[in-house]
Amino acid sequence: MKALQIDRSLPRFAAARVAGALRSGSGARVGPIELADREPPEPPGAGWVPLRPRLSGICGSDLATIDGASSRYFEPLVSFPFVPGHEVVADAPDGRRVVVEPVLGCVTRGIVPPCPACARGDLGQCERTAFGELSPGLQTGYCADTGGGWSTGMVAHLSQLHAVPDGWSDEAAVMVEPSACAVHAALRAAAEAPLGTVAVIGAGTVGLLTIAALHHWSPPVTLVAAAKHADQRRWARELGADVVVEPAELPRAVRRITGSLAVGDQLTGGADCVLDCVGSEASIQQALALVRPGGRVLLVGMPSSVRLQLTTLWHREVRLEGVYAYGTEHLPDGTTRRTFDLAFELVEAARLERLVTATYPLARYRDAIEHAADAGRRGAVKVAFDLRGEKERNR
Amino acid sequence: MPRPGFVLEVDRSTPPTLFHHGEGFRLERLPTGSRVVYPPEPLAPLRDIDAAIRHALLHPIDSDPLPALLFPGMKLTIAFDDVSLPLPKMRRPDVRQRIIEAVLDMAAEAGVDDVHLIAALALHRRMTEAELRHAVGDRVYDAFAPRGLLYNHDAEDPDGMAFLGSTPHGEEVEINRRAAESDLLVYVNINMVSMDGGWKSTATGLASYRSLRHHHNVHTLQHSRSMMDQERSALHSSNWRMGKVLRDHGPKVFQIETTLNNDTFSPPFDMLQKREWEWGVRDRATFLGMQAALHRTPRRVKRSIFHSMEAPHQVTSVQAGEVEAVHRITTANVYRQQLVEVEGQADVLTMGLPYICPYNVNSVMNPILVMCLGLGYFFNLYKGKPLVREGGVLIMSHPTPWEFHPVHHPSYIDFFEQVLAETTDPAEIEQRFEKSYAEDEWYRHLYRTSYAYHGVHPFYMWYWGSHGLQHLGRVIVLGGDPKAVRRLGFMPASTLDDALEMASDVVGRHPRITHFHAPPLLMADVS
Repeated sequence: MKALQIDRSLPRFAAARVAGALRSGSGARVGPIELADREPPEPPGAGWVPLRPRLSGICGSDLATIDGASSRYFEPLVSFPFVPGHEVVADAPDGRRVVVEPVLGCVTRGIVPPCPACARGDLGQCERTAFGELSPGLQTGYCADTGGGWSTGMVAHLSQLHAVPDGWSDEAAVMVEPSACAVHAALRAAAEAPLGTVAVIGAGTVGLLTIAALHHWSPPVTLVAAAKHADQRRWARELGADVVVEPAELPRAVRRITGSLAVGDQLTGGADCVLDCVGSEASIQQALALVRPGGRVLLVGMPSSVRLQLTTLWHREVRLEGVYAYGTEHLPDGTTRRTFDLAFELVEAARLERLVTATYPLARYRDAIEHAADAGRRGAVKVAFDLRGEKERNR
Repeated sequence: MPRPGFVLEVDRSTPPTLFHHGEGFRLERLPTGSRVVYPPEPLAPLRDIDAAIRHALLHPIDSDPLPALLFPGMKLTIAFDDVSLPLPKMRRPDVRQRIIEAVLDMAAEAGVDDVHLIAALALHRRMTEAELRHAVGDRVYDAFAPRGLLYNHDAEDPDGMAFLGSTPHGEEVEINRRAAESDLLVYVNINMVSMDGGWKSTATGLASYRSLRHHHNVHTLQHSRSMMDQERSALHSSNWRMGKVLRDHGPKVFQIETTLNNDTFSPPFDMLQKREWEWGVRDRATFLGMQAALHRTPRRVKRSIFHSMEAPHQVTSVQAGEVEAVHRITTANVYRQQLVEVEGQADVLTMGLPYICPYNVNSVMNPILVMCLGLGYFFNLYKGKPLVREGGVLIMSHPTPWEFHPVHHPSYIDFFEQVLAETTDPAEIEQRFEKSYAEDEWYRHLYRTSYAYHGVHPFYMWYWGSHGLQHLGRVIVLGGDPKAVRRLGFMPASTLDDALEMASDVVGRHPRITHFHAPPLLMADVS
């Protein structure tokens, strides 16, 4: 089968890091990723089935890996060589189209009894992601045993599969996994209602989906978003942001909306909750400057090593919280739902298939990755690999 | 004998025309057949200003002489125009200083010892110590400011404003409490343009947002045609109605108004107020040298140089007494200096905008102020009809950088980023956004304690241009930062030819073009 594969190669990771620092996405040309012919992965045990991916999205975390920018924290949580791709819509052996819920928790790893988090349904908080019958890998797409969506064949546990409703396009289905992350973030924000002003920093895929999720599942009084590019600002408005500004304008916008005063660069009041969908040093620092005393900053975008001025966090009793993946959500009405089920609803309600703006065959992976890395400037949102026409898949 | 204003018809022998362009200049060749409206030359100044002031105070119009209005134990307040006048600042001694010293001498002779001096800045930024010293002189400043008797008007001081009543139109009149409760309010004015002075001095200069919103609004400004023509200005009508409330329920007002000639540039830069074909060799050499130097000078340095220039303005008249009677004479004197008869309207009006307007003294001419200077001030400098026909095109030259003074104009930044990103329609802006900016606690704090224009001030700048926006078919900014120009809702052009090409979409390929050659200021009397 054909697959994009990442090997453990420190020199190539180093080269990718240098190239990626110069131009985002260029790690694909010099780094450890390559297009390979390899044997399809074998189902590692009972309950596993082979899948033939149809579409597989390129995520910000994938780009960070390819550009060598991921934190070394992940090293023991992945296994090489792995095939990236955790945003997957695929054909299952029983003829269904399925979306893969990629977190490799205790059930997929054959761990009995499951860890407390998995027992609660909070898969993203699984305590055993490097243990059990599978090689380490926090998700499909980072595990040597499962393969990933950037290929013509992979395996998945039956517990990971969500059937795609009839009439849905593959483009809609491929948006379910990133939407689940956004739903999780939005409901975490809403856990401490009522939300007056919420700020979202960043309007890449994660940011835009978070805006859509907030608007759909837990609309604040005012949702203000910072977006760097004109198309992103248009999308942000369309998906439910009340006020959309350029990143440098965000502090003034939040000040104005909340009626805050300011001391230096720090607002005296601020937003009830800030969702940082970028994860950079600058964005986190800005989030801390925007949030009200006692408010919360949710890190939705994946951060790496950063250097922060945390005096404001201490002085204003701000809470900085990570938001990762999904699992089970407790809705404001008291009901409990799987995040993926809510994500399906969101994709349909907000017509999120519109955000899939470019697809590429595997052979053009360098172009695809560079496009994804430069999506905002090029007017794109979600870039994906289209496997439906791959010869190896259709043999 | 100064020559009157002049309308030149451009022919092949006409040299390039000077366009002011922020902290710089452009020489542009206007198409043959274009007209250039030049201002009158500076009127002869008063020979003895101090004598003229004393005469005005002792022989006022429709009023008792000032000494007769002064008595021991009285409360006397002297209010004076703020840093927005005159432009550029005049050489020391400022005429306000001369008048205030004369008034204070008479007050001292009468045994008046309760005297306050107030910079009547309405919702403008507070004046700095240096600016106050320049306006009133060191002697007055040192005698009054340290004791808290010379200060800036504070329209947001909850205890500092007094409500005097409403006009029959429901316009609330609220002015500075100290002024309102004085036995005599002496107002010291400088009239640069015919919009200034009269009841606008007190009803605007000493007022609050509560009062100002009744005439600083889109409806009033769109019905002021022009705001410089008192007979046809809703802005003036409103101020005059408020003046009646002031007269009936407020303090006795003794108005002192002055007019200046339009001598704007000192040698060697006085060629900027000459007609181009009269430039001598020295003028041309100076201009070329200045252009070359400006091209190599960073904008901040250029700004600092330009704002440090003092104009050689000279006083042409001083009159004192009853507000309306005084102002009639003042207006006639302004017209005497500025009016130029122009026959017929143009399809395209061109103008070069200088580095300064009333709201960026020692500051940055931000894009909103560019709009206000072009469409608010210069466009409105007409009597009768605008220089450009309805649906015509305005081409104004200014670099229009996306730049704001963070201390002076904080709410302007938000206005530009938030409000203009959504709409440039003055009525919608007023309806959707004005209140929140006017009542924003942060802007209020900065206005009162820092040197910031009030939160609502950028709205007023936009309303100032609302008659122009309504009248014009297109606005093109020559040499402006494209991004900033587009945010204003205008079109950027890099050359005059490009601008005229853009204008042709609206006015056809053979438009009648008129160039408004200012500064020095002029006012077109369009028949």
